[in-house]
Amino acid sequence: MIDRRTRLRRLLEIELPILFILMFALAPYLWMVLTSVKPNEAISIFPVQYLPERVTFEHYSVLLAKTSFIANLGHSLLISIGAVALGLGVSVPAAYAFSRYRFRGRKATLVLFLVINMVPVVLLIIPLFVLMRSFGLLDTHLGIVMGHATFAIPFSVWMMTSYFNALPIELDEAALVDGATRLQTIRHVVLPLAMPGIVTTGIYIFVNSWNEYLFAMMLSGQSVKTVTVALQSFIGEFTVQWGLLTAAGTLIAIPVTVLFLIIQRRLVGGLTAGAVKS
Amino acid sequence: MNRPIEPLLFLLPALLVTAAVVLFPALQTVWLGLHHYILFDPDNRSFVGLNNFVAILRDELFWISLSNSIIWVVSAVGFQFLLGLVTALLLNQTFAGRSFARALVVIPWALPSVIIGLMWTWMYDLNLGVINDLLLRSGLIQTPVAWLSQPSTALGAVVLALIWQGFPFFTVMILAGLQTIPAEQYEAAEMDGATRWQCLRYITLPALRDVIATALLLRIIWVANSLDVILVMTGGGPGYSTHTLPLYAFLKAYSSMDFGYASALSLVLTLLLLLAVAVYVRRIAREVFR
Repeated sequence: MIDRRTRLRRLLEIELPILFILMFALAPYLWMVLTSVKPNEAISIFPVQYLPERVTFEHYSVLLAKTSFIANLGHSLLISIGAVALGLGVSVPAAYAFSRYRFRGRKATLVLFLVINMVPVVLLIIPLFVLMRSFGLLDTHLGIVMGHATFAIPFSVWMMTSYFNALPIELDEAALVDGATRLQTIRHVVLPLAMPGIVTTGIYIFVNSWNEYLFAMMLSGQSVKTVTVALQSFIGEFTVQWGLLTAAGTLIAIPVTVLFLIIQRRLVGGLTAGAVKS
Repeated sequence: MNRPIEPLLFLLPALLVTAAVVLFPALQTVWLGLHHYILFDPDNRSFVGLNNFVAILRDELFWISLSNSIIWVVSAVGFQFLLGLVTALLLNQTFAGRSFARALVVIPWALPSVIIGLMWTWMYDLNLGVINDLLLRSGLIQTPVAWLSQPSTALGAVVLALIWQGFPFFTVMILAGLQTIPAEQYEAAEMDGATRWQCLRYITLPALRDVIATALLLRIIWVANSLDVILVMTGGGPGYSTHTLPLYAFLKAYSSMDFGYASALSLVLTLLLLLAVAVYVRRIAREVFR
């Protein structure tokens, strides 16, 4: 539609409201980052001092030197990579089957994966704790990775099925006619073309696993603590040290923000397929 | 039709892992829900039939949590939707820096619940919080308010944090829906002298009906199940003022170690959500298997 509004009306009806909403969306984040670089004396005065007179990274150095944070980053990284590997490893073949074969129970199985995504976390977390306990998997990376598989697998199956569906089946057929085996076709024809989808799905699993708190807390103990669990325990431990807490928050938030911004455009397809949990 | 063994081989790993981490545990929840089962009291475990469920109906805390859950879902999803819709309509206009604004607005959605809890707890802080500071400066309040530690404001304060986290989801969904409306419809309406408001009322919103219904259902299910932001911000308190159903079930298991009762509670939650899940799954299945 041709916009016939005057400059002033556009400013009042579009640009200012957008500015206002963007401020609402970004302010808590910016406030966290800003707090993390303020010296303690600038944090603990009231009325609030909005801009610090001097910028400091002392909270970051204390966090990295005096707490377990670096080790927690390592645990989180390992678990997220594990969740991506497990999620993609089992879901990509399954999605290929859903996309390329017609078999009895296909729709029902695909719907099953959709329903699984809607199951309340509390319904699974209680028995998973009992299960992991009896298998000795509590407080291990594998245990938490298995917990994260509960959301990683159904999501990836749906995402990847829609990606494979977008690739014409004639490609597979041409390769098969030329004498390639099914596995060669997948390896040399389908997977390279599906790579953008695989990367997007993988990043999304990574972000969700990195962000996850309940499974990570319930299934962890003294040795395997992810960053989210560690941060929550810091809140109790270093009660009023907001500089330290916000520094930890910033370090956790930045990688997922960047990853999420990279994939967000490509997520919409999977969103409407209804597979996104958070 | 291919040989049936091939797809099965491709599916098998996903099915096995899913059976191990979802299907079997879900069945075990049913089993646990029918038992008296305190984790660290293994000698006193027994089958109690539906006793846990009868106890739930008589449990005052269950009804408090249920009513908090309803307030939580209706207010959080309602405002997420309204703000998400307004944001999407605005971001669909042309203005300088539009793609930049579209990218930035999704940031709250990317963040973990623990960080959301941390940010908002810090902003709500009684003595040093920026929210009290701004409200005092603008004269809206005379003394600082302990937003998260008084029963009358705690639930609302957590809901606001969740609205903040969730509205970008609606924005992204609705923006995608807006791209599918043909421009000719607006041009024709404009020639007939329709106002902007009429265009919104008679073209945009009807065209978005399916997208909005899908997004609302998905969000209702997700928000009704979510407990991590509340757990991090208030732990269910003060008193029971921010207890919701999933949080109550979780605390029963995590703090009281009463896995039997907690399982029964989470089954009740699942039953209550079943209708929304059924409607949602039917819609998606219809779209996908057209």
